[in-house]
Amino acid sequence: MRNQTIEISGAYIESAFSSVGSKESEGPLSKYFDAHYSDDLLGQKTWEEAESCMIKNTLSGALTSCKKTSEDLDAIFAGDLLNQCMASSFGLKSFDIPLFGLYGACSTFVEGICLGAMCVGAGYAKSVGAITSSHFCSSQKQYRFPLEYGEVRTPTSQWTVTGSGCVIISQKETDIQISKVTVGKIVDLGVTDANNMGAAMAPSCADTLLSHFKSTNTDCDDYDCIVTGDLAYVGTDILLELMKKEGYDIRKKHLDCGSMIFDKDAQKVDAGGSGCGCIASVFSGYFYKMMKKKKLGKILLIGTGALMSPSSVLLGEPICGISHAAEIELSR
Amino acid sequence: MNVKKQQKDYSILVKQKSPPSRLLKDMCLSFLIGGLICTLGQFISEVLSMAGISEEDAPSITSSAMIFLGAFLTGIGIYDNIARIGKAGTLVPITGFANSIVSSSMEYKSEGLILGVGAKMFTIAGPVIVYGISASVVCGLIYYLLTII
Repeated sequence: MRNQTIEISGAYIESAFSSVGSKESEGPLSKYFDAHYSDDLLGQKTWEEAESCMIKNTLSGALTSCKKTSEDLDAIFAGDLLNQCMASSFGLKSFDIPLFGLYGACSTFVEGICLGAMCVGAGYAKSVGAITSSHFCSSQKQYRFPLEYGEVRTPTSQWTVTGSGCVIISQKETDIQISKVTVGKIVDLGVTDANNMGAAMAPSCADTLLSHFKSTNTDCDDYDCIVTGDLAYVGTDILLELMKKEGYDIRKKHLDCGSMIFDKDAQKVDAGGSGCGCIASVFSGYFYKMMKKKKLGKILLIGTGALMSPSSVLLGEPICGISHAAEIELSR
Repeated sequence: MNVKKQQKDYSILVKQKSPPSRLLKDMCLSFLIGGLICTLGQFISEVLSMAGISEEDAPSITSSAMIFLGAFLTGIGIYDNIARIGKAGTLVPITGFANSIVSSSMEYKSEGLILGVGAKMFTIAGPVIVYGISASVVCGLIYYLLTII
């Protein structure tokens, strides 16, 4: 039988940096983020330029915090939600770093971490970066309606996070290492409602989680925390139910970045947060710092993505899910 | 396991776990806000009549005034906030039509005047125009046929 999990040695997280927009800065995790932008345009002319600018500043921040320059990175794994990964391509062009452009919807951040850790662990690179971003306004424009349009949101719809997160993965030994990664498969359970992303992603998350548990011979008691990307409230409920059916009660160990980043009622975000920048900013901002302070010893980080495009939805295609997992733990 | 069965079971689970729209509350709010917009239109129309504007001109001026109001409130970023409360009540009147065109124009301004504003101005309003006109042609034909019988 195929083993989706890869054991990695010698891949450490050297630094992490997170940036968020105005709404995220008013949320419960605000104090953990490294950079806050009160102007969602970041002084640019368009939303796309704003997102590129945010990704650029986030990488600069991550490099500065581990006293590196762009010359020190052998490669960068980057992606976002915009057409042809516009934000990362334009945001990173000035750094002159070899680039792997990725698209895995909201799972891209963990996909980048998996590939980066494999690259560094195998010795192909000394230091790489993994970075993603999303922006509420640019996503709204591409996937939904114009910002000022009087759109009616359904209770299951999620709010795209304006944020970006970056981790620098190196061979240089630090406190935090990436020890295993599980590459996810596409899971299609026929969800077609583009306003219910949590439901579209939850089955793939359960699939990757089960695969990780089985191949590493672990269960949720072996982790301090199982962190999912942006299942939000509806998706989280479904994941817990799916895992319960498989005999795992992960309720006590599970946290979801999409449910943590906003105050559900006060900030009127319906089902919670989503987007490539959600798990990226919450991991780089909150979980990385918790691990650095040794409040968390071992976490399983699962990026959850909904593989769809505005055209595929109109063509009546289902929304498939994909989830990648990375086991991140204290090395000493 | 049968894929169809798996998908069917899953759709039942999704339905169970997804909170439904609060239909009664939403419909009441739509009725209230939509009704208020229409009352405002009627008010403008009455004022115009009292000011001595002819019965032929008053409706056109009223429509223009409501379109201006919808466009103006969209431009200053208020219309979408009203729509969040008023739901379909802000969509149906002519102000909703203005909102859909102005919001699209604002959003796509960055993509240029021809392929941005020009082409994408009607992305939301376009279907309303196409099927509105089509429906009126069909109704007109039926009316014509009835009159010659």
